[in-house]
Amino acid sequence: MTVGPGWYMTLAAALFSIGAIGMLVRRNALVMFMSIELMLNAVNLTFVAAGRALGTLDGQVSVFFVLVVAAAEVVVGLAIIVAVFRTRATASVDELSELKG
Amino acid sequence: MTYTIDWLAVAPELTVVAGILVVLTLDLFLSRRDKYWTGVVAVLTVSLAVVPLIVMAADDLTRAMFDGSFVVDDFALVLKGLFLVAGYLVLLMSVTYIESDRYYEGEYYLLLLVSILGSLVLASSRDLILLFIGLELTTGPLFLLAGWRKGDAKSNEAALKYFILGVLSTAMLLYGMSLVYGLTGSVRFVGIREAIPAIGAAQEPALVLGVLLMIVGFGFKVSAVPFHFWAPDTYEGAPTPVTAYLSVSSKTAGFVAMLSVVYLAFPDLTSIWGPALWLLAAASMTVANLSALRQRNIVRLLAYSSVAHAGFMLVPFAGAAVAGQALSEGLSATVTYLVIYALMNLGAFAVVIAGARRTGTGDIEGWAGFGSYAPRQGILLVVFFLSLAGIPPLAGWFAKFVMFQAVIAAGGTAAVWLAVIAALNSVIAFFYYARVVKTVWMDPAPAELGEEATAPATGALRLAMGLAAVAVVVIGVFPGISAFFGDATTRILNGG
Repeated sequence: MTVGPGWYMTLAAALFSIGAIGMLVRRNALVMFMSIELMLNAVNLTFVAAGRALGTLDGQVSVFFVLVVAAAEVVVGLAIIVAVFRTRATASVDELSELKG
Repeated sequence: MTYTIDWLAVAPELTVVAGILVVLTLDLFLSRRDKYWTGVVAVLTVSLAVVPLIVMAADDLTRAMFDGSFVVDDFALVLKGLFLVAGYLVLLMSVTYIESDRYYEGEYYLLLLVSILGSLVLASSRDLILLFIGLELTTGPLFLLAGWRKGDAKSNEAALKYFILGVLSTAMLLYGMSLVYGLTGSVRFVGIREAIPAIGAAQEPALVLGVLLMIVGFGFKVSAVPFHFWAPDTYEGAPTPVTAYLSVSSKTAGFVAMLSVVYLAFPDLTSIWGPALWLLAAASMTVANLSALRQRNIVRLLAYSSVAHAGFMLVPFAGAAVAGQALSEGLSATVTYLVIYALMNLGAFAVVIAGARRTGTGDIEGWAGFGSYAPRQGILLVVFFLSLAGIPPLAGWFAKFVMFQAVIAAGGTAAVWLAVIAALNSVIAFFYYARVVKTVWMDPAPAELGEEATAPATGALRLAMGLAAVAVVVIGVFPGISAFFGDATTRILNGG
């Protein structure tokens, strides 16, 4: 049995769904952040699998850009979470309820 | 393969890059008191970057580079001009606000310039990768700017909410992009468009999923209902000049990305994205206007107003798409709306910044009698708020006019229903704008005013308010100016 691009696509779809569900059900900012990383990695897998199946380099090149941007976003995100933690001593998004209406 | 670089075409971006480097270096050597020079450099950079745009507009050529991934045509020129003008006005508003605060100045201007750079790249991008880079470069610095007052719990909360939803929308957008790439084999808009007719029925569900995920991603960026819930919280918690930037430039960036993708890559898929945008437009207008009616904080009110305006901007091209008509008129109407909205909304935020210093509060009740002790700012507030409501002869009426004209011209039951919903919402919107005007001019001022109440606004803020007010009145009286910009952009569709 050969493992074709379809298998990778299916795995990527499963990873993306797990990440999306994680975003919806978990309330800790750090865990939500991890879920987003999972979604971004599902994207990378799709790009690579598609690029390989099509025989073009665009997919692989896209992954580089996604990785770099994701790394930059980690920096920004952790900085924000640390700032929140300093004023609140909590990372739960449910307790962030100052702004409403 | 060798690429020739047209230096004039990238001159605006390079100017901003140079400005970023100067601000970064200057910030190291300036003492605390002299930090405002970083702001001066930022303002000069943005003004200088307009020069190559004018030169390119004069010779009327379309410049394409990197295999057609980076294109400077009329559409790009108009939107780059809009981003630079919006950036200029926001910088003017920031000078006073950031100086009076005890937070970092140099870094603030640096991040704002980076965001402007991202939006300039975005306007020229004609492939998915460049589009993604431009969009992230625009929004990335804004996550930090939203949390700029880092000792303030509200500002932290605003930044975290904006960040999590911003990154979530990016993930959805990217997944959509990767599916579209996998099915069409191209990341360039032209290539995607050419490959779409060949896609077989078996692969169609994946294509629909890809297109819809991209629309959802853009929906977050333009804060359309039901992807708007971050907007009011982030707008209220962020520093007010940043809110002004978010509500104008970041929203415009989302629209530019959405417009270039749906018009250049997916024009043959109107049956997929047309109904989706129809729903977004109708929901944004209705939900946001009804929520705005019960707001007590003036910034939250403007936040819901900006969500509602996103709905109005979606109307022309959603209408044209569901009716199956040519899209050029819808594009022209949306771009005209974006130009006018940017000017009047920035003006409204400038007045709110000036007024919040005098009244010392963001609660609308606290603004009672504001017109009696600050008559000039009171008049400007009336100008901008009534323009947002769409009252002639202020610019807002023309934005609404082209919007209705485009959607009615599209014809068909669905488009006409959308026009009806838009008309009802224009009436609802008038109530909450008029309520602020009434509080400011008709309610009695408090017996004892604070010390700040009679303090004049600083020069930079006055300049920002003045420029926006002149633009709003001139465009309102001579609407041909903004229609010219809108029409120029439609040449993009004819390959011109």
